[in-house]
Amino acid sequence: MNERRTDASGQPTGPSWWTVILAVLWKDLLLESRTREIVTPIVVFSLLVIVVFSFVLDPNPRLAASVAPGALWVAFTFAGVLGLNRSFALEKERGGMEALLLTPVGRDLLYFGKMLAAFLFMLLVEIIMLPAFSVAFNLPLVQPGLWLIVALATLGFATVGTAFAAMTVNTRAREILLPVLFFPVVAPVIIAAAEATRAVLAGDALVDYSRWVQLIAAFDVIFAVVAAATFEFIVTE
Amino acid sequence: MTLRMSLLGLSALLMFTALAMIFFYVPSDAILGISQRIFYVHVPLALVGFLAFGVVAVCSIGYLWKGSERMDNVAYAAAEIGVLFTSLMLITGMLWAKPAWGVWWSWSPQLTTSLILWFLYVAYLMLRAYAPPGETAARYAAVLGIIGFVDVPIVYMAARWWRDLHPQKVLGPLSEEGALEPSMQLTFLVSLLAFTALFSYLMATRTELRRQEIQIERMRYTYG
Repeated sequence: MNERRTDASGQPTGPSWWTVILAVLWKDLLLESRTREIVTPIVVFSLLVIVVFSFVLDPNPRLAASVAPGALWVAFTFAGVLGLNRSFALEKERGGMEALLLTPVGRDLLYFGKMLAAFLFMLLVEIIMLPAFSVAFNLPLVQPGLWLIVALATLGFATVGTAFAAMTVNTRAREILLPVLFFPVVAPVIIAAAEATRAVLAGDALVDYSRWVQLIAAFDVIFAVVAAATFEFIVTE
Repeated sequence: MTLRMSLLGLSALLMFTALAMIFFYVPSDAILGISQRIFYVHVPLALVGFLAFGVVAVCSIGYLWKGSERMDNVAYAAAEIGVLFTSLMLITGMLWAKPAWGVWWSWSPQLTTSLILWFLYVAYLMLRAYAPPGETAARYAAVLGIIGFVDVPIVYMAARWWRDLHPQKVLGPLSEEGALEPSMQLTFLVSLLAFTALFSYLMATRTELRRQEIQIERMRYTYG
């Protein structure tokens, strides 16, 4: 399944691995640009999460810096789960999964395409949300250190989330089962991201919170490999 | 059948011996007092629970590799029993923590990791229950069994660093290293053997039961 076909002279034929990944990614981006079922509703949902947090939290501005990292990552985690729930929903509803599986390419390439699409959708939501959070909590959240943390943590969400979403789309109670699978596994990412965000807001230099960044990066690499390697067992028909 | 029965007999014998030793033989801890005796139950539950999750991971890899249904049955049984043992571990830990620490729960690295571990395998059982039955559920569960096992050391690292940032007062004896008194060692060992025997018995029974469940399912499918 993963072996490349070759022509008479031994040269591999068929698309290269990055063409396949980009094709799957492009398909998802095109689909989203036509249906608008992921980014727009999740941005509105996340704005509502900020509003709910503003209602329930102590309005004392001095407390904002201590609760904002938590609120931020609660919003991002929930938004991520909602996005992941949708990532295979359309494939399921319209039989797109069968078409994807009929393509004679490695399942790991399909995984990376879907994973990058989920990553980009979540990242887009977060890029819109960070300025909104800055306004609501009156904190400097738009800064390079934080972009790095957000990008790495979101990649971590996408790596395991895509594998889980591909499973839960076929299960009963899928909307509730995805977060039940997802939250315990990404617990280290949530802890690390919240702590690193706290450090950035306190004005620490990168060296002071680099271990959190390393932890998230290690998580990303490990689970990208594990999920890509096991993806063919998830989508086998 | 005979193997299972002898395992049952062995675990009953060891369990009663362990109970007798915990309550009548071993002395109370000089500092922690009588409540420390729950450790002879708590620690074996934790160790055997972790062993069960190790079995889930190994059998998950084995199942994806060889596709043998037996491997999957063993993984299923180990996950169920592992959740049972870790649940009891968390409960006995909390029972001890309240009198000793004054709180039911603290977010120490061990406790945080144990709780996440418990959630992971509860999720594993839910996935098996809600996935399409048969081979699909087995494949999904095997993937989660592997992902969960890889996740545990990362969770522990994160939990440890997280607590480094929020130092708490040193709680209880878990941080103090020191040789156990010989009678305590012996009691602990007997208790550990008792729980390991119980685990083996439950594993054998549950795996066999699972095999029969699948057989009945197949018959129902074949003969309507």
